[in-house]
Amino acid sequence: MDAFLTPPESEALLLSLRISFVAVFGALPLAFLAALLLARTRFPGKTLVDGLIHVPLVLPPVAIGFLLLMAFGTRGPLGGFLLHNLGIRFVFSWTGAALASAIITFPFQVRAIRLSLEAIDGGLAQAAQTLGAGWWDRLFNVTLPLALPGIAAGVITAFAASLGEFGAIITFVSNIPGETRTLPLAIYTALQAPGGEAEAMRLSLLSILLALIFMTLAEFAQRRARSRA
Amino acid sequence: MSVEIALRHEFPGFALDIAFALPKPGVTALFGASGAGKTTIVNAIAGTFRPRQGRIVINGRVVLDTEAGIFVPAAQRRTGYVFQDARLFPHMSVENNLLFGWRRAASRASAADIEHVVVLLGLRSLLQRRPRALSGGEKSRVALGRALLSSPEILLLDEPLASLDAQRRSEILPYLESLRDEMRLPMLLVSHALDEVARLADDIVVLRDGRMAAEGSVFDILTGLELPALAGSPPVGAVIPATITAHRSDGLTALSFDGGTLYVAHLAQPVGGRLRLRVRAEEIMLALEEPRGISANNVLAAQVLALSREETSHADIQLACGATRLVARITRASAVRLGLGPGTPVFAIVKSVTVDAPAAHLPRL
Repeated sequence: MDAFLTPPESEALLLSLRISFVAVFGALPLAFLAALLLARTRFPGKTLVDGLIHVPLVLPPVAIGFLLLMAFGTRGPLGGFLLHNLGIRFVFSWTGAALASAIITFPFQVRAIRLSLEAIDGGLAQAAQTLGAGWWDRLFNVTLPLALPGIAAGVITAFAASLGEFGAIITFVSNIPGETRTLPLAIYTALQAPGGEAEAMRLSLLSILLALIFMTLAEFAQRRARSRA
Repeated sequence: MSVEIALRHEFPGFALDIAFALPKPGVTALFGASGAGKTTIVNAIAGTFRPRQGRIVINGRVVLDTEAGIFVPAAQRRTGYVFQDARLFPHMSVENNLLFGWRRAASRASAADIEHVVVLLGLRSLLQRRPRALSGGEKSRVALGRALLSSPEILLLDEPLASLDAQRRSEILPYLESLRDEMRLPMLLVSHALDEVARLADDIVVLRDGRMAAEGSVFDILTGLELPALAGSPPVGAVIPATITAHRSDGLTALSFDGGTLYVAHLAQPVGGRLRLRVRAEEIMLALEEPRGISANNVLAAQVLALSREETSHADIQLACGATRLVARITRASAVRLGLGPGTPVFAIVKSVTVDAPAAHLPRL
């Protein structure tokens, strides 16, 4: 890889991948639960919960970054607690970037999983029940496998969206090389330097390549989903 | 083996209030128009529906008693539920579908039992296939096998044939008959097709608007004069359990029952074989004197029990032939001309008999 990319470039690429990976898979169990809740249950305030989950879709990412900074800054209510009691710090750290990405891409995951859950024939769970399967059994052996295509689609979409996240990351965790400087931030940095257009172009091409890979993966997952249905 | 059911539940604009028992292994049909509450009852037994009031006991185990606050979850009831739409798991092979309940059963069916069900339902060649590659009839058979292998204490069949066309239906019926005859299980068959009920059921519960309109053996209920009003259909006629008593040299097989003997074209089963005969009401003619010089092989001496009272152009005549009940549909004018009334001795000329030979073409086990 070093034959094609300069060390700062590969650093940004690997960091982007690491942050997105942690963001997406860290949020996945929660996204599945949220989707299950929205698809299968009725409770007062469901519309509100649904709305809250989707807020990151419509809020400017910079605003989310700012809110995260307020909450998780070392003097913020959550950030102070985490730092003093558990020694966890999100600000100016790649984990903070992952947190921001997770929140921004959460709706993509929930949406895709919810759709696939709603497409599952409810009668199947009932059949499983009469055949002796309890709640967890049904979840792992009927619901989860049938929702797998939706989960895959959600993961891929969220991953792709996460790779492009800029505003929330730069606002919340700043632009630290090797720590929070992901591909979009590296492009931005390159543009700030005089004569950095060539560097920005290389990084943009790299982003396009990544996007193509993920689009192909998504298409592949979708085709598999269709052939199973 | 016995199952007792008593339920009460009010839905908006509809109340369910029933109580009946399945005293022994065999098929009890839950018969009624759609909306009569059939599926609700089955769901209550399976545990996927929780009625406001009720008590259900399966083989001595109380699975529902609203007064005592007992509600055993569906997953622990061991009811083999065969849904109208099969509901096979699309992400599993037929084999894994079949074994889904088996893997979760407290007392598992043996390998020999699995083999038995696979052969009985003709599933051998389907095992590695996915449900979406199966025909409607094949799906039904897999659903039946899956329910059976979960070692159920009762088999719940919710219109297992309703989604099938006539040809598939006649393909599945023999399998259901052999299930009835070979599995020592109480079975509850939900149906709105009387011919299906006549062929499969031992007992019938007739439902109407959430209540029980009639209850009894299939032999009595299907010859009941009130059935047309209850079921909104012509009487099916008689259902007669008979025994093969002789294969005559003239090619006819003699079938005896309490009340007489009927002769039908040669049957493959050996002498002593038991089967079920059906005689449709339209297939019986009545005569006051023993008819001579007619082509019909079957003439039974009988006595009029009752006449239907409706003001229609036809009359349904209930007949006693020994301990067997028959029903004949003739014109009202004929009934008047013959002066038929309760007690009148008559001769019933049986024009045709339907023989339900259970699964004669299935492999012997």
